[in-house]
Amino acid sequence: MLDTAAPLVKVKNLKMHFPIYRGILSRRAGEVKAVDGISFEIMQGETLGLVGESGCGKTTVGRALLRLYDITEGTIEVNGHDISTIEGEELRALRPEMQMIFQDPQASLNPRMTVGSIISEPLDEHTKLSKVEKRAKVGELMDAVGLARHFADRYPHEFSGGQRQRIGIARALALNPKFIVCDEPIAALDVSIQAQVVNLLEDLQEQFGLTYLFISHDLSMIRHLATRVAVMYLGKIVEIAPRDALYEAPLHPYTEALLSAVPHPDPSQESTRERIILKGDVPSPSNPPQGCNFCTRCPKVIDICRSVEPELQNYGDGHFAACHLLE
Amino acid sequence: MLDNTATILDVANLTTVFNTRDGAVHAVNGVSFSLAPGELLGIVGESGSGKSVTMMSLMDLLPSPPAEIVSGEIIIDGEDVRAMTTAQMRAIRGGKVGFIFQDPMTSLNPVFTVGFQIMEPLREHLGMSKRQARARAAELLELVGIPDAVIRLKDYPHQFSGGMRQRVMIAIALSCDPKILIADEPTTALDVTIQAQILELIRELRQKMGMAIIWITHDLGVIAGIADRVAVMYAGQIVEHAEVKELFRNPQHPYTRALLETLPKAEGERDKRLKSIEGQPPIMNAAPTSCEFAPRCAHAFARCHVENPQRVSIGEGHDVACWWDAKTGGPRDA
Ligand SMILES: Nc1ncnc2c1ncn2[C@@H]1O[C@H](COP(=O)(O)OP(=O)(O)OP(=O)(O)O)[C@@H](O)[C@H]1O
Ligand SMILES: Nc1ncnc2c1ncn2[C@@H]1O[C@H](COP(=O)(O)OP(=O)(O)OP(=O)(O)O)[C@@H](O)[C@H]1O
Ligand code: SF4
Ligand SMILES: [Mg+2]
Ligand SMILES: [Mg+2]
Repeated sequence: MLDTAAPLVKVKNLKMHFPIYRGILSRRAGEVKAVDGISFEIMQGETLGLVGESGCGKTTVGRALLRLYDITEGTIEVNGHDISTIEGEELRALRPEMQMIFQDPQASLNPRMTVGSIISEPLDEHTKLSKVEKRAKVGELMDAVGLARHFADRYPHEFSGGQRQRIGIARALALNPKFIVCDEPIAALDVSIQAQVVNLLEDLQEQFGLTYLFISHDLSMIRHLATRVAVMYLGKIVEIAPRDALYEAPLHPYTEALLSAVPHPDPSQESTRERIILKGDVPSPSNPPQGCNFCTRCPKVIDICRSVEPELQNYGDGHFAACHLLE
Repeated sequence: MLDNTATILDVANLTTVFNTRDGAVHAVNGVSFSLAPGELLGIVGESGSGKSVTMMSLMDLLPSPPAEIVSGEIIIDGEDVRAMTTAQMRAIRGGKVGFIFQDPMTSLNPVFTVGFQIMEPLREHLGMSKRQARARAAELLELVGIPDAVIRLKDYPHQFSGGMRQRVMIAIALSCDPKILIADEPTTALDVTIQAQILELIRELRQKMGMAIIWITHDLGVIAGIADRVAVMYAGQIVEHAEVKELFRNPQHPYTRALLETLPKAEGERDKRLKSIEGQPPIMNAAPTSCEFAPRCAHAFARCHVENPQRVSIGEGHDVACWWDAKTGGPRDA
């Protein structure tokens, strides 16, 4: 069924570079190539998992897709519309459709607003619901994410880390969006509430055909909920594949290292496990290495990796990877 | 009385309440634990169960009002913390005790560079010169795996990714070679390879310097790999406490058992739908008078609803606060 589905999001050669300014004259001294030429599609109704090293550009991809940034290069199409450069009212009109659950809940919640008004803010801005209807909707949303309704009059600092994360989730769901970028939405939650939130996201997907970009370091959770998985390393996608193919037969050495490092909740197994520990210099996104971005740390590096950049190629059944060893 | 011969930290009967506009929040209800040098105590538990507030109470970091430490004895390295002056307390924070906060964005100051914030404790606690502190700060950043450390010291927190900010917090906490490290969800924003690197670093520091550690996390995989002992919290109380292998092999409290059952599998058959613990989390608007888990517990019986169970020892280093006896499947004797 999913094969025939149309892509909801189409990204081509997306680049997001942040300028670096140095010195008293604030001269432009280079740039952080946070996202450096990536292309992928997200099908209607699917969950694309996005994983990768801390600092590799995942959040930047998510923010760029929702046009929270002016992108450096490339195109983003959503539902057939090119949104790469739209501005103002045109962009605002798109907001209810596309939402983000932020990685840093604390920084994204206004400390002077009560939780009830934070959750109802998007309803105020984009709907004509009456006060009573809004209150009912806020109540429903709080139930859905497992926050007691009578917390509605409290302020964000009066909540625990996990409770704050759920406020952000409730707000993102308020306008029944079509596409949600979930940036580490469950990292701060205990496993039971993680399960509750993930089940909720899956129910919503089933009912309303929601599409997710799900950014997470939790590879077990990604395995549970993703349709396909993209693996990023230093601003680039190094592997993208249907879930089972990625977990059962990873092609890229970085993906292998990543999967080998997943901790298992079993103390006897943990004490004897072999993991691939990456050594070597961690490259910087302002000065990426020549050739393959992973060559400074790859356990399987060969000569060509240090001079020629490998291209993302199709190795069958939608399994793409960028590595010289495969060629 | 506390027996603190072989311990570096002793906490007895800690109780913390928030007096808010709409009533009290009983966040921590009589928590007791201890920590030996070089030991790693893992703390897991429900979101909102008081893990962070417990640690903030130890370090006297909660704003008062609304927070009030109602009771409790806290001994760090033989000294009574609650009798300390503000100045003594400040010397301990960031010096003898390193603290990694749960929310890296709010604990880093957005108007100062990352470098300044790592250098500050080095200058204050170790009396380093500016140049020494800068060199040490770059070293620390490298230690936690941030490339181009010297250049990136000049960045502001918003220029760092979530995981990089978290690693800055780790660098700051480790900067003054603390005897005790309190780490509140220190690796949630890190990918598993960098997490493995940080865990390796922590292992080394424990061995070389005998650092004692409290590690709060929701990641039971991490706990399985690094903890010596584990305390499980629910509704402001430690409901179970055991050596790590024992806890995973032989969980006793119905909450611990439910928690272990809710994990998504890393391998093998995928779950169709994830299990979660049914029912609402506790309200905590009064000191507990019954088992706080009773409304959600599959084993609850009459006594659970009228009397709050206290921790009882059920074996070597293993204690549990529950009226139900997992071994017999019936009420506990006593
Ligand atoms: N506003 C900014 N100015 C300058 N550099 C930035 C900015 N935002 C992000 N960066 C840099 O871009 C790179 C990618 O950051 P991003 O937040 O996308 O990483 P991430 O993959 O989400 O990491 P994490 O898993 O740690 O959250 C990092 O090197 C970061 O320092
Ligand atoms: N300033 C405050 N005012 C009122 N209540 C508070 C305040 N800070 C925390 N609380 C409450 O105290 C309880 C314990 O919070 P704490 O932050 O310790 O939870 P936690 O176990 O660390 O949870 P998490 O895993 O989500 O971080 C929560 O119910 C929270 O709502
Ligand atoms: S005391 Fe009773 S209600 Fe509480 S966990 Fe044990 S059996 Fe369940
Ligand atoms: Mg991020
Ligand atoms: Mg906490």
